Amino acid sequence: MRTGIVVFPGTWSDRDCAHAVGEILGEPVRYVDHRERDLHDLDLVILPGGFSYGDYLRCGALARFTAVMEAVSDFANRGGLVLGICNGFQILQEARLLPGALLRNASCEFRCEWVHLRVEQSDSAFTLDSRPGQVLRIPISHGEGNFFADPHTLESLERDGRVVFRYCAPDGRVTAAANPNGSLRNIAGISNARGNVVGMMPHPERACEALLGGDDGLAVFRSAIHALARVPV
Amino acid sequence: MAATIGRLALAAVALNQDEYRGIRRALGRDPNELELGMLGALWSEHCSYKTSKSLLRQLPTEGPYVLQGPGENAGAVDIGDGLAVVFKIESHNHPSAIEPYQGAATGVGGILRDVFAMGARPIAILNALRFGPLEGGRNRHLFQGVVAGIGGYGNCFGCPTVGGEVYFDSGYDDNPIVNAMCVGLVAHQRLRHAKADRTGDVVLLVGADTGRDGIHGATFASVEMDERSASRRPAVQVGNPFLEKLLCEACLQLNELDGVTAIQDLGAAGLTSAASELAHRGGRGIDVDVDRVSRRELGMSAYEVMLSESQERMLVVVRPEAETAARQIFDHFELHADRVGNITSTGRIRIRDAGAVAADLPLKTLVDGVPLRSPAAAFGDKPPSPVLPSIEEPEAVLLDLIARPNLRSRRPIYRTYDHQVQDNTVIGPGFDAALLRVPGTHKALALTTDGNPWYVALDPYEGTKAAVAEAARNITCTGARPIAVTNCLNFGNPERPWVFGQLQESVRGLADACRAFDLPVVSGNVSLYNETSERNIPPTPVIGMVGLLDDLSARCPAGFQEDGDLVFLLGETHEELAGSEYLRMLGARVEGRPPMVSLEMERRLQAGLLDSIGRGVLRCAHDVAEGGLLIALAESALFGGRGLRCPSIVGHVSREAFYFGESQGRVIVSVAPRRVPELQKLMAHHHVPLYAIGVVGGEDFQVGSDIRVPLDTLRAAWETPF
Repeated sequence: MRTGIVVFPGTWSDRDCAHAVGEILGEPVRYVDHRERDLHDLDLVILPGGFSYGDYLRCGALARFTAVMEAVSDFANRGGLVLGICNGFQILQEARLLPGALLRNASCEFRCEWVHLRVEQSDSAFTLDSRPGQVLRIPISHGEGNFFADPHTLESLERDGRVVFRYCAPDGRVTAAANPNGSLRNIAGISNARGNVVGMMPHPERACEALLGGDDGLAVFRSAIHALARVPV
Repeated sequence: MAATIGRLALAAVALNQDEYRGIRRALGRDPNELELGMLGALWSEHCSYKTSKSLLRQLPTEGPYVLQGPGENAGAVDIGDGLAVVFKIESHNHPSAIEPYQGAATGVGGILRDVFAMGARPIAILNALRFGPLEGGRNRHLFQGVVAGIGGYGNCFGCPTVGGEVYFDSGYDDNPIVNAMCVGLVAHQRLRHAKADRTGDVVLLVGADTGRDGIHGATFASVEMDERSASRRPAVQVGNPFLEKLLCEACLQLNELDGVTAIQDLGAAGLTSAASELAHRGGRGIDVDVDRVSRRELGMSAYEVMLSESQERMLVVVRPEAETAARQIFDHFELHADRVGNITSTGRIRIRDAGAVAADLPLKTLVDGVPLRSPAAAFGDKPPSPVLPSIEEPEAVLLDLIARPNLRSRRPIYRTYDHQVQDNTVIGPGFDAALLRVPGTHKALALTTDGNPWYVALDPYEGTKAAVAEAARNITCTGARPIAVTNCLNFGNPERPWVFGQLQESVRGLADACRAFDLPVVSGNVSLYNETSERNIPPTPVIGMVGLLDDLSARCPAGFQEDGDLVFLLGETHEELAGSEYLRMLGARVEGRPPMVSLEMERRLQAGLLDSIGRGVLRCAHDVAEGGLLIALAESALFGGRGLRCPSIVGHVSREAFYFGESQGRVIVSVAPRRVPELQKLMAHHHVPLYAIGVVGGEDFQVGSDIRVPLDTLRAAWETPF
């Protein structure tokens, strides 16, 4: 899986993603500068976490205007796999590759902690290896991860099975207490209609080693490897 | 200008008449306004350490693994595999008292720059915070602002905040303590010194434009505060962590380049301090063209530019032929760089404004010329220990105690800090010490900050010894071996004899303890004049300590791991309650003799602990600290989510002292039953007393017939929100 990790000036999960995909899974990885326009050599593009341009304005609002985001749009439209993590999810929304918005956490505070996610569907390129209902333990680390969409969008996301992850209790129940940021319907991750673009607030790259507290995040990256093996892109 | 100068003009730069006469003697003339401003900043307590310097000479600063001791941007210690750990702690108390968010944020920003100026990538941030009780006055505002500022800066920058400590006491009303520590890693050959030792080098100012923020910040931090201090808000800087991140990445790339002589951050006293220290360390001189400095606003004078403390700026000194390559790096990160001067061989700093010389000072005078102060010291007499009230209902006391702001869970604070980014955090905040993997090795670094202010208030010498001992114990509990120390000495106004007496005793305790543990002090910071409207803070030395664990697989957690494991107390308990959280809860005055540290006992304990962890004998180890034995046991139960059953436990001391006293040199451990004989043998070998406490398991926390409380009830009390 030839993986490109996009680096905006304020990105900081780039090296963590490279560690997970490159060192732990042993897949070829390269960094993609935000000024680049050519992604033809890649199978997977990761938009990692961070504060792309400081996020003093809306998170991701500036990043969407970069050269690389034009290329990412084309790449996604051609069926390439795109995973937006945290700030990457925010950028995908700003770039209209995914619907909805991520508002300030309901607590009005930054939250860094382990949460549980229920896998809602296993059709997306990043959940192939999981079964619906499976619970993954993966950390969040954000101040603005409160998923919002208008009722119409929300209904179509649900109807089309595009809600990929929901925050849940350790036993898989979707409860208000398990919702760390006020997201509508506990939504933690969604996909586009085709299932090749997924955005998620939690950080799977931080959950790839038992030493650091758990390795449930590997399922997300392994799914992508299997998706590529299965579907010729 | 007359030989003496107006009192007001001197007060503006916080110098006294004697110092002014010294300046005149050294220059053979009166300084002009710009020169006086520069001298005032560099001769300030904050920059010159004029009051503490003679005391700090006592500290051990050398050791076989020390690569860089005090005097640079940060200290550096060899950790093997060709790597060095670089670290320092610094205060940002004064700015945080005025503008808590930006004060704390820029405190973090400043210490990050100190570390990446050394060529090291920052891998961890820690802090030590003190506030007045949250019910009172501005304290909650200060607390929330400071915590948000620390998170706001570190989270955006992308360096995990992995540990720290916070205490509340009315002694910190309106004068919070905000200390930030940063730890970085660098390969030996990339360790950089901020020393401009080549004449003809080009001096580049990189990063933010210079504004009017922070002018006289160093001076401001060197005088007591009063009701007018709020009007000094322009002396507080505003942080931009995004820009800092770009600067960091650029400096780390620059560090790989040939022809880069030095990198120096602009902190207190801004360009004046950075330029003169760089050149003076290298035994050279420097010319600065102040008109070449990019400014944020029109009409700034040379004085304002030279003394601005605008954040996120670095000075980079390169060979002329390397300038193009350096600029390519800055361009990549879209950073602005001005060529502001040259290194000379004059031994002087010369400021030129549009070609005219605006200031010309010998560096020796500016950097090293300040006469050291040795104020009078007075020592408080030590009142007798308080009369001990006896406990009626131990269970209620335990639940009240663990819910106290000084003991309750810090999770509501640290979960607002990204403590995981960079994927190295093996043990995060909330335990004895944080443990970070050293990438590419099997090693880990253990990191902690410690300093119980009440022991120091009772006895600055003993209290500071205790702070060092506790930090070392916290490191040791993870299985790591303490290797070096940084420190931040936060005290009141040293012109008051009893405050200077506290400082003197505290430094003596620091020196004695560090020598006893063979720990070099490689960096540090002194923050004096923490005085608001004539109220001085309690003496607050903070110890930052780094430990090394050679084999990450041998690490030891702090929580109970398996039901059926046996729990032991290592170390001796004495009839010591003075300075305890228990007595404070009962409303007793802080008086008496604080818990005493026997450095010899402490060494034996830590050696025994490391020995048994290294042999895999222990399942958990946790320091007995504030709140005493029962709090430590409750914490291990809560960390591990497992109950504890103790038969009636009594020592040869009162029940109060045994349950809630804070005798030093104690650790609780859990061990699988079959390995108990091994533990007993090891402790006998190290001459450490061992006391059986109970058995891990069940849903309750149970101590004899005194206490039986469900773990959930205990947890609810512990998790009382702030």
